[in-house]
Amino acid sequence: MTNLTLNEDETMLVDSARGFLDEASPVEKFRELRDAGKAYNPELWKQMADLGWTGVLVPEDQGGIDMGHAAANLLAQEMGKTLVSSPFISTAVMAATALRQVADNPRAAEALGKIASGDLTYALALDEGVKHAPNNTQMQAERVGNGFSLSGEKTFVVDGGSADRLLVLARTGDDDGALTLFDIPADRDGITRTAQNMIDARDSAQISFEGVEATGEDVVGTVDQAMSVLSPALRAGQAALAAEMTGLSSGAFGMTVSYLQERKQFGVLIGQFQALQHRAAHLWSDIEVATSTIANAGRMMDEDPENATLAVSLAKAKACQTAKLAVMEGVQMHGGIGMTDAFDMGFFMKRARVAQEWLGDYGYHAEQIAKIKGY
Amino acid sequence: MPFDTTNPEKFRADIRAWLAENCPTEMQDGDSTADSICWGGRNWTFQSDAQKQWLNVCAENGLTCPTWPQEYGGAGFDRDQEKIWLSELGRINARLPLQSFGIWMLGPALLHFGSHEQKLHYLPPITRGEIRWCQGYSEPGAGSDLASVQSKGEDQGDHWVVNGQKVWTSYADKADWIFALIRTDKDAPKHKGISFLLFDMQSEGVSTRPIKLISGASPFCETFFDDVKVPKDQIVGTENRGWDVAKYLLTHEREMISGGGSGRGAGRSLAKVLADAGHDLSEASLRSEAIACDIEEMSVALTIERYKDQAAGGKGVGDASAMLKYAGTELNKRKHELFMSAGGSEALQWDGATGSLPADWLRTKANSIEGGTSEVMLSIISKRVLGLPG
Ligand SMILES: Cc1cc2nc3c(=O)[nH]c(=O)nc-3n(C[C@H](O)[C@H](O)[C@H](O)COP(=O)(O)OP(=O)(O)OC[C@H]3O[C@@H](n4cnc5c(N)ncnc54)[C@H](O)[C@@H]3O)c2cc1C
Repeated sequence: MTNLTLNEDETMLVDSARGFLDEASPVEKFRELRDAGKAYNPELWKQMADLGWTGVLVPEDQGGIDMGHAAANLLAQEMGKTLVSSPFISTAVMAATALRQVADNPRAAEALGKIASGDLTYALALDEGVKHAPNNTQMQAERVGNGFSLSGEKTFVVDGGSADRLLVLARTGDDDGALTLFDIPADRDGITRTAQNMIDARDSAQISFEGVEATGEDVVGTVDQAMSVLSPALRAGQAALAAEMTGLSSGAFGMTVSYLQERKQFGVLIGQFQALQHRAAHLWSDIEVATSTIANAGRMMDEDPENATLAVSLAKAKACQTAKLAVMEGVQMHGGIGMTDAFDMGFFMKRARVAQEWLGDYGYHAEQIAKIKGY
Repeated sequence: MPFDTTNPEKFRADIRAWLAENCPTEMQDGDSTADSICWGGRNWTFQSDAQKQWLNVCAENGLTCPTWPQEYGGAGFDRDQEKIWLSELGRINARLPLQSFGIWMLGPALLHFGSHEQKLHYLPPITRGEIRWCQGYSEPGAGSDLASVQSKGEDQGDHWVVNGQKVWTSYADKADWIFALIRTDKDAPKHKGISFLLFDMQSEGVSTRPIKLISGASPFCETFFDDVKVPKDQIVGTENRGWDVAKYLLTHEREMISGGGSGRGAGRSLAKVLADAGHDLSEASLRSEAIACDIEEMSVALTIERYKDQAAGGKGVGDASAMLKYAGTELNKRKHELFMSAGGSEALQWDGATGSLPADWLRTKANSIEGGTSEVMLSIISKRVLGLPG
């Protein structure tokens, strides 16, 4: 029976993740990275690999711990609490999920092994416009001899500036669904990566492809059938991102509640004002509700992946709304200090905004839900 | 028990077969409006033979209260078995055989605080739909501030003599028995002088006066106690410690209300509910509000499930039931605003094509009042869950 609470293994995973991250990657570490102009800390990534996290979705045959999506979500959630910046979702969640769909292919198996060992990072080059819309991909992969030539522009390629390899979505035919997913090194001839100066100070790139050569070997799965490998990867990424956002919401909320318990005005703690108490209680309720949708998405992906789309879109839609509220209340209830760069709340707000857009915002997922439920 | 409990698959198969044999087709209409509920009780008139048959066959098998122990009239299901039972009921759109304050509120409190004799005495008649209970908590001067109840019980050795007034007592005029908060020590601090008493509504000195609601219905009453004799063994828990029982019961009441009981359209696509009501959702704001409500409804439903899973794992729901109640009832109100707006002028007529919608819409306004208001829920969360200062 599906159970929405954590099992023993998951509780242990969360406890150890929290313990590790509080030491290795509290929010100050994110600030240091931001100040140094760095997107992530490769040393931390190595440690995460040693803990098995980068292999959380990698089959044991390839050296992973294969704990499933619910576990991957829990890790993302813990990372969200202290704004851990890493290619976890791109690489360990999305690329790993895409590649394990074709794990009988030796190249994919090898890549999975390297993901698990922390020796390989990926970014997904999907979107071309300002909103997430993988089905609207225009970038062409023209057939040339036995291979392809890729030309076009991708934007908002998260982790695209630092990734070793790219999963690139390109059009291989005129039919709507005639899309193909390519797995190519990020430094192949014809690829130009331009860093985007993101509000959340994380890695995102605009990537242009000019006659980039790809072979049949580079195709992940089958030509014209990108979605059979990409859909599960997108679902996994959306759920993990929703989990990160719920963690982020809890992180921002924790700071806010602490502040209500220490800041005095009018001679009393501001947490004594019922107007603020009730808003805090409302926000807590909303985070609890969002947490349930994450748990459900994880269970559905592990137990009934074919039918998990609704659960995943629900989780992402809900997480977007909750995170938005959490960071807005977070700034408001801190007053002026909440607006300063020296205080961490702004980091939460900016990350929440980026995470809302990435892999589909509330509107995108509400639309998916509407389609599934027949609106 | 006619069900094989060795594994979930067999159990489900048995439930399914049992339902196919025993659930009357008329009871498979998924109807959950106020009019279709079977409340039971001494004075109950069944709306149909099917309703009666469905109640009886379920009661014989412990299925009106499936998670209660078998010796008290339940089926002894664990949480997983209960899930299977409910999902199989849902699959065929079956109505619940019986709903009542006894099932939702008193039963859980008795299971927790009652003596074995009390459980044997009071629980089986609840499961069989023979005794219908009402809740005597609120008084004119004690609403949100419930612990300031003034109805008092005077100690007369082997019994109390109870005097006072309750208000907003749902179905007091239809109920057979009442569970009431009565002050038995007027000198103690307000939380420490209350006892949780049970008595027959036919006792001498009990009278009720129905109050008409904005929906036109009169489901609740003023209830008067005038020298009512209550034997000493009709107390749950310890004398003057009734507040513990009262609070425990409230967490169950809140959990129940959070699910909207089984409010209009619960668990179905709101698009479908609206389409059935003849609305095409072509208007942008209605469509987006419908989707937003649907998202919130699915999310809240999952949260109720998650908390039930947690409770089954031994961690009680406790104060978090305030969150479930708050989220669930605010959502139910929002949904009914949507339904009304989708119904347009048709929904403005008491007897229009939208049926009981106007009355249901008005009824939902009470959801965020009854069982503790939304404001009180938020205060419980902020103080007891978040630890914010007094
Ligand atoms: C349909 C319906 C059925 C009911 N059935 C029963 C029943 O069967 N048995 C029973 O005993 N009772 C029943 N009740 C009563 C219900 O529990 C009370 O109405 C409820 O607890 C609120 O009390 P009150 O009406 O006195 O409102 P009040 O407590 O007077 O509240 C008035 C307003 O003030 C707000 N308020 C009060 N205190 C605070 C505070 N500290 N901070 C912020 N805001 C505050 C409230 O939220 C509310 O908005 C029922 C009520 C309804 C509407």
